[in-house]
Amino acid sequence: MINSNLNLLIGLAMGLNLLALGTSRLPALIRAMSAQGVILGVMPILMGHELDWQVVLVALATVAGKGLLIPSLLRRAMRTAQIDRELDPQIGFVASMLLGAGGTIAALALTHQLPLLPEHSGSLLVPGALATVLTGFILLIGRTKAISQVCGYLILENGIYLFGLLLIKAMPLLVEAGVLLDLTVGVFIIGIIVDRIQRAFDSLDTRKLTTLHE
Amino acid sequence: MKSLLDLILRLDCWLLLAPLLPGIINKVKAWVAGRRGPPVLQLYYDLARLWKKSVVMSTLASPAFVILPAVTWVALLGAAMLLPLGPLGAGLSFRGDALLMLYLLALGRFATAWAAMETGSAFEGMGTVREVSYAVLAEAAMIAAVLSLSVQSGSLSLATMLTPSLGASAVLLAAGLFIVLLAENCRVPFDDPNTHLELTMIHEAMVLDHSGPPLAAILHGASMKLLLFAVLLVQAVLPMQHLQPLAAAGLLAGGVLGVTVAVGLVESLLARFAFRRVPLLLTAAFLLCLFALLVAWKGGVP
Amino acid sequence: MKSLLLILVPLVAAALAALWPWSRTRPWLLPAVGLIHTLLSFWLFCDPPAVAPGAWFAFDPLARAVLPVVSLLFLVCAWYGVSYLRIRSERPNRVFIAALLAVLGLLSAGHQARHLGLLWIFTEAVTLAAVPLLHFNGTPRAFEATWKYLLVGGTGIALSLLGSLCLGYASLHGGGDGNLTFVALIAQGAGLSRPWVLIAWVLLLVGYGTKMGLAPMHTWKPEAYGEAAGIVGAILAGGVTSVAFTAILRVRAVVAAAGEGATADHTLLAIGLFSMLVAALFLLGTRDFKRMLAYSSVEHMGILTLGASLGRAGVAAALFHVWTNGLTKGTLFLSAGNIRRAAGSASMDDVRGMNVITPRSAAIFVTGMFAVTACPPFGPFFSELKVLRAALETGHAAAAVMFLGCLLLAFFGLTRVVFGIVDGRPRPAAKVGGRRFSETAGVLLPPLVLLGLSLWLGLFLPRVLSDAWLAAVAQLYPTP
Repeated sequence: MINSNLNLLIGLAMGLNLLALGTSRLPALIRAMSAQGVILGVMPILMGHELDWQVVLVALATVAGKGLLIPSLLRRAMRTAQIDRELDPQIGFVASMLLGAGGTIAALALTHQLPLLPEHSGSLLVPGALATVLTGFILLIGRTKAISQVCGYLILENGIYLFGLLLIKAMPLLVEAGVLLDLTVGVFIIGIIVDRIQRAFDSLDTRKLTTLHE
Repeated sequence: MKSLLDLILRLDCWLLLAPLLPGIINKVKAWVAGRRGPPVLQLYYDLARLWKKSVVMSTLASPAFVILPAVTWVALLGAAMLLPLGPLGAGLSFRGDALLMLYLLALGRFATAWAAMETGSAFEGMGTVREVSYAVLAEAAMIAAVLSLSVQSGSLSLATMLTPSLGASAVLLAAGLFIVLLAENCRVPFDDPNTHLELTMIHEAMVLDHSGPPLAAILHGASMKLLLFAVLLVQAVLPMQHLQPLAAAGLLAGGVLGVTVAVGLVESLLARFAFRRVPLLLTAAFLLCLFALLVAWKGGVP
Repeated sequence: MKSLLLILVPLVAAALAALWPWSRTRPWLLPAVGLIHTLLSFWLFCDPPAVAPGAWFAFDPLARAVLPVVSLLFLVCAWYGVSYLRIRSERPNRVFIAALLAVLGLLSAGHQARHLGLLWIFTEAVTLAAVPLLHFNGTPRAFEATWKYLLVGGTGIALSLLGSLCLGYASLHGGGDGNLTFVALIAQGAGLSRPWVLIAWVLLLVGYGTKMGLAPMHTWKPEAYGEAAGIVGAILAGGVTSVAFTAILRVRAVVAAAGEGATADHTLLAIGLFSMLVAALFLLGTRDFKRMLAYSSVEHMGILTLGASLGRAGVAAALFHVWTNGLTKGTLFLSAGNIRRAAGSASMDDVRGMNVITPRSAAIFVTGMFAVTACPPFGPFFSELKVLRAALETGHAAAAVMFLGCLLLAFFGLTRVVFGIVDGRPRPAAKVGGRRFSETAGVLLPPLVLLGLSLWLGLFLPRVLSDAWLAAVAQLYPTP
């Protein structure tokens, strides 16, 4: 039962992946990303082992960080920089959605080939993680706006977090803490840079960052 | 004797109840907008009026211009007769009737498109192109949906196919089929049935030059198609095979009513999409049905 | 204890630099810390401490084989940095110096990390700490370079985390108890789940390979090195890449222990040769001498990776090459920085006749170029010769031929650009633009010292160094 609840949440997160790939509006992309962050944050509590305070802490930190803090920072950046809300795709929306769906199916197929511990067999954690990482990649490559690339990076991180849930019990929490810390710091720095790029280029279109090329 | 009664009942259902649906949709829209709106039975009046009028033919058009709407109508009615109707079951059931239904729907569309191009008008041609290009995508979703139903039940006959189980698959299928319903019946956000601008029309542009009884056949056929998709959607999602016949009929009617109201709500709350975003939505519908297929295939858990 | 000081001294100094109120004297923190760090690391080098097998941090043989050259390089660059920051006194240097010191501390930590998770954390931290260094110049082009660096580097680092998690799962699946030190992973050996080890290897290779700048994940390098100050380029190319390289070596040892050593070696060989080829081809096309250095760095990362794939002798040669390449690249970056400052541009189209404008820097640059393209008697010649010998001894004749071909192409590319900017008649514009750049001892001696060290490594390679490399090889190839 717990496993099926978890699978439902992961399925939702995978659906949000496709939504993020298909949407043409920046606010919708940020919404999808933050919703995914909240879903991911709730997951460790549902994982079924006894609730120790570390797990609760990780869950709270994830919900606050991925679900609330970072999206609000991104929204603020979007407002202050007066960024156009339409996304500019390099890989079309339909194409990226199909890629994402193909990747999801491939992830499911790949997971069948991998040996899993008995308590993880039948869980969507591994395919969900792989599909989410792939979604992040498609967004990173396929969108030109700096903020949307940041969203792609965060979705990539979400996928890694999802994978980390497999190990949350066995591995020291150190790895997890490192993720959150570095993620936050990384986004802060990215945010600063986004701000600076804005001032320097008057636009957040990374396609304009082409002074440097061969 | 019993089968004759059954047939009459079934025909009554499809022929007489279908025009009710557009009326309900319009009523919902009017209600949301705070207007009184046309009566629910408006389409019946329209059909009666059109039936009495004579046909205006373009000098360019061949007799096919009049025959093809009838072909469409018959094809749609045939498709409808294949679809089981809750406790009534299917009128005609054999292995592979699901495919026949898909083909009859396609035949109906083909006939409409041909008829539209008979007059040689630019608007009709444009509408045809749009309709057919959407249909290509919608059909992919439809086929995925039928496949997922067939995988789920292990049969190719509509009568045994529509035995859904509640679960992730049903949710995905419901969402996918609802989008297909909107697209196939040219509702908002794909097409605005109330538009008066020929340039933005899709389905309406195709039937601009029809008049009199053929137009009545087209309008009635359209309402039948809407009912068909609504019935398919409800039966594909709600499990009703174990219910009492009366309860099942009530559930079916309620489901269809719910779908109709939902279409009306969508129509009043959503703006129609720009053309370039339509393929995106249809792809989403396809993916929803595809994942429903996957879930059905892998039994929920990989 | 001393090994912890290697980490703590620079980090404390970084905090100090951030608080130090006088920006004129702040640069002196760099050589001071560099000197302490170098003394400490050579002390540890000569008197290696005993390593507890389960330790998370230790100055183990691998750290001993690589870390001293990083601190040596840092010391010389710090010396150069004092003069450089005096020239660039118009830019605020607080963040720059703090970040540079933090990079040194985190690099020392990364080299000494014997735990998969810690290694990742420090690599990530180095990546982030290097960000302020890249946009020191504050120009739009520097921002652009920083953005690309962060995006590509961030993605790479994310993938290496995913790879670390996969390796963790491989250990868990094999009945591991969650101990992620490399020693424990190697001890688990064949107990690791093979499919997961292979996935982990691919992800970690891509992730740390991005940090190293292996093709095709090298795209951040030309941008970053092209826009960064010479001192930053030298430290990135000689120091930061080396921590990623040792990370790959450590992971390879785990993969080999799991019984997939041959697969790992094949992928390393392929990616190494591919990097060399890509770099050589880009070297033939580039018109910017700082980007040229970046491609040359990609090429040398390819050589390191190739060496790592060739067994014990190859790894020893690669560790040798870490030293020679780091020192020689330092010479090139520092002298290129001088030329860039004097010429006001880094493009071949605008710069020529530098042997008239900055004769001494140009001479060092040309000599350094010959050194890095493996002309005897400089260090790179001998290290590359060892890689070549390892390739021939292990029967990789085709790889050896490709290796030589790429070196030849790279030689053409480098000489084309270097002589293009050194020879010819100086452009009049180069002389009028801005302040005149004067070749003081402070900007000439550091690259010269690095060149001298490279020559010394070539001519009189001390026995103790090659023993250190062999000890590191013994750590990476534990005999069962």
